[in-house]
Amino acid sequence: MASDLELTPTSYINHHLTNLTASLGDGPFWTLHVDTLLMSIILGVLGMGILWLIVRRATPGVPTKRQAFVELLVEFVDSQVKNTFHGDRHAFVAPAALTIFVWVLLLNTMDLLPIDIMASIYEHVFGLHNWRSVPTTDVNTTFALALSIWFLMIFFNVKVKGLGGWSYELFCTPFGKNPILWPLNLLFNLIEYVSKPLSHSLRLFGNIYAGEIIFLLLGMWAATGVTGSFFSVILGAGWLIFHILIVTLQAFIFMMLAVVYLSMAHESH
Amino acid sequence: MNINFTLISQAVAFSIFVWFTVKFVWPPLLRAIEERQKQIADGLAAGERGKKELELASQRSSEVLKEAKQRATEIIAQSEKRATEIVEEAKENAKIEGNRILTAAKAEIEHEIFGAKEALRQQIADLALAGATKILRREVNAKVHADLLASIQKELK
Repeated sequence: MASDLELTPTSYINHHLTNLTASLGDGPFWTLHVDTLLMSIILGVLGMGILWLIVRRATPGVPTKRQAFVELLVEFVDSQVKNTFHGDRHAFVAPAALTIFVWVLLLNTMDLLPIDIMASIYEHVFGLHNWRSVPTTDVNTTFALALSIWFLMIFFNVKVKGLGGWSYELFCTPFGKNPILWPLNLLFNLIEYVSKPLSHSLRLFGNIYAGEIIFLLLGMWAATGVTGSFFSVILGAGWLIFHILIVTLQAFIFMMLAVVYLSMAHESH
Repeated sequence: MNINFTLISQAVAFSIFVWFTVKFVWPPLLRAIEERQKQIADGLAAGERGKKELELASQRSSEVLKEAKQRATEIIAQSEKRATEIVEEAKENAKIEGNRILTAAKAEIEHEIFGAKEALRQQIADLALAGATKILRREVNAKVHADLLASIQKELK
């Protein structure tokens, strides 16, 4: 919490929702949310690095507990992919799904850390006044993931069906190949292509952002007095427990949608 | 919520993580899992094979056992037969030997009897001769009747 500022609900919430920014050039686009980027890189390196360290010594014999855990995770993701994607999933889609799941799960999990304690740690230990610990509450993160998948979707569309095959699909599905229907088909497909990354990214962002806001509101309530503290502790605990589910579920949904989109790109109608 | 350069940097980070997973995390684990699956399949197949072999072996062993039992009974029967044969042979031999000994004893007895008779005859002849000599002492001249005495003696022998 910013101790030097006058503490009002607005300043409290604003403080928690302000990113640490760095300007890389002129214009608002060339700013970088240092906290978002650094947190996600740290968590990504941590998650993928741990997986790599365990997998590096993977043995076909009796697995260690750690290897068994990673195998559990991998088989879980792999079975989900197997049900949706009918192709050589080991080449790209399944490992990508694993990355998405692990990474997004770790990013979401940061939401479970007590927000004000983390803020004071950042403030007093690292000297960072503004620092948001949950990268998925930054719409840039979710859009970055969704758009990456969107580009991959287009890439696989062209790669699997060819430019002609994909164009045929854009113009002739879902209503039929009659030339009169071409504009309608195209419009329909364009709406679909626009809505996919939007719904994909905003679902994750909205859920985690809303979760954070609720924690903030409860924190505010706690500041009002004993009654507020009492209820905010109870409700905060309840919301935290429920949030464990949301955090995991949203990571899973994000992964599943990515897999579904990539599978659709591989399959012709 | 404003879109800015963070998006691009996050996309790059994401790409790197995906590349890393595709390249370094997924393949070794998949290899290990597939290798294990193969090992388990091999193990199950080997177990199946072993079971079949065991079945064959037990079948063979029971056959061998049966054969051995049969041979054993044969051998026992043969030996019993042989034993009775030996006993018979021994009885036969004993009988022959007994007969032989009996014959020899009989011959010995004959011989003894003959010897005793001879001795008796000699003694009787001597006695008769002595008696006759005593009776005829005075009348008979030994020198005159020597040939007579000799013929008596000869007859008595």
